[in-house]
Amino acid sequence: MTKALTKGRWPLAFALLAGLLVLQFLLPDYHHTNVARILVLATFAIGYNIAFGYTGLLSLGHAMFFAAGLYAAGMTAHDLGFSMPLALLLGTLAGTLLAFLVGLVALRTSGVAFLIVTLMFAQAVFLTTLYFNEYTRGDEGFVLSEEIRRIALGGTVLELADPDVRYNVALGLFALCYLASIALLHSPLGRVLIAVRENEQRTQMLGYNTFAYKLLALTISGAFSGLSGAAYALLFAYVGSTFASTQYSIYALLWVLLGGLGTTLGPLIGTGLLFYLVEFSSDVTSSYLIVVGILLILLVLAFPKGVVGTLLERWKRVRP
Amino acid sequence: MSFEAHLFLAVLEGTVSAFVLAVTALGLSLVFGVMRVVNVAHGELFMLGAVVAWWVAQQAGDPLLGFLLALIVAPLLVGGIAIAADWMVLKRIDYDPEATIVATIGLLYIIQQSTLILFGPDARAVEAPVYFRVQFPWFGYSGYKLIVAGLSAGLLLATWFLLARTQLGLYMRATQYDAETAQAFGVPVRRVYAAVFALGGGLAAVAGVLVVPIQQAHYLMGHDPLLLSFIVVIIGGLGSLRGTLVAAFVIGISDGVISIFFSPTLAKILAMLLVALVLVVRPGGLFGAKPA
Repeated sequence: MTKALTKGRWPLAFALLAGLLVLQFLLPDYHHTNVARILVLATFAIGYNIAFGYTGLLSLGHAMFFAAGLYAAGMTAHDLGFSMPLALLLGTLAGTLLAFLVGLVALRTSGVAFLIVTLMFAQAVFLTTLYFNEYTRGDEGFVLSEEIRRIALGGTVLELADPDVRYNVALGLFALCYLASIALLHSPLGRVLIAVRENEQRTQMLGYNTFAYKLLALTISGAFSGLSGAAYALLFAYVGSTFASTQYSIYALLWVLLGGLGTTLGPLIGTGLLFYLVEFSSDVTSSYLIVVGILLILLVLAFPKGVVGTLLERWKRVRP
Repeated sequence: MSFEAHLFLAVLEGTVSAFVLAVTALGLSLVFGVMRVVNVAHGELFMLGAVVAWWVAQQAGDPLLGFLLALIVAPLLVGGIAIAADWMVLKRIDYDPEATIVATIGLLYIIQQSTLILFGPDARAVEAPVYFRVQFPWFGYSGYKLIVAGLSAGLLLATWFLLARTQLGLYMRATQYDAETAQAFGVPVRRVYAAVFALGGGLAAVAGVLVVPIQQAHYLMGHDPLLLSFIVVIIGGLGSLRGTLVAAFVIGISDGVISIFFSPTLAKILAMLLVALVLVVRPGGLFGAKPA
């Protein structure tokens, strides 16, 4: 990365967050909700990017970490009446723990085998949510009522059902993860993760325990994904097994690849882009996925390294 | 029925589906082995084969004639689509591994949704080309299913012959081993890629034709074969024809047998975990030389 870019990374990040903060006053209701949703899902994408983008762990099972957070938060709040912050914390922990356990086993493989093993584990988690549908309500899912989605803060009560509260909570969580991901990328730990991605054997020769670093990266990734899932359940009040399906693992992959693999801004751009691609094309035709398919191919032809990745590359070529 | 009869039936059904799975997975394995392309749209090519078989059967009127025609038309058509996709998309992104995953996901959506538009959301049955029953001590069994197994075995042999005994097969193996060196020795690597992608699609399409009288054609039917083929290819070991066959049988038959003892969902959960554990113990697959 060039010096100018490195210097500019914090001001740029804060400018983006300030822009998102202002954006909520400009957006009509409909897009207001959409952007809140994109922010929560982008947090998931940031988590996926830490595994795939930074460390090179191509997983096709991240929906299980998202779902772990979703169900842990949703079920403790819905069935046990836990408070919102506690449910959010438990959701994050569930994603973290699942990622750690899956990592212990799955990271013994690498490359395409890792992709398939994570896919299998995620499929097992998905089927588990169907199997225990007495508790999870399976496909149908369940809805969190407005009463339990309240946070008592001293004298005031925060209503998560209120769009403004929802937007700002989503933005807060996104900001936290976004800044953390930038800090991680430029920390010594982040450098080691990139080294693992670029050449694992050489990193190993230099004395790093690459298995431990990969496990750490996957666990952090699971924590972000779990947090995102938990936030999704609490902010948008719905928990269902669709979120554990392969489709959502593919989404995470697409968001990150479209935005730009291993770039910090990529996950947000990719998530927003795909979200609105689906949104607009479903207005045009009922089989909107065909439009998504065509656009995916056009995008990959125009931006082989993702939007942010390709633009960065061109920018560097212009200004060496 | 007694327990032995149940077990025998499960093994028999498992064997038939294992043969079809082997043909489908072989297509994926070739594309993966030679081109290093993870073709996420492979299941949709299988589905296209089934849908084309239904369409041809409608046109032909006679089930047997329709079946025979479909066996020729479906792989040609699907192979043509595969060549077009290779030429229009994959070649242009230079077979970059990450970009091809996105591109083939795009292809998956395009094929699946076009089929939904042209073919509709309903599942459609196709009459089996021949009707006869093979009598076992406990029950009679559909003769068509045994023919499916036989035709699949023939296809597997033919593919083996193509790979081991023809010039195209030699080119394919050379490209798989080292594409750059093969190119330097005059192998037309780009054309080999197109041929392999077409062959892979063609195998999936034929498997679809074979399966449709048993299963019905539906635009979403590609999901399970894709997942199972992935498992077979990885478990069997990359680019290993023998491994693909063995894995297809292990998975086809154990899937049938496990589902006698457990509910279908639980059986699937167990199968998934089992596959994951096999890979953890042998990351390169059962017959792979080293991890991918």
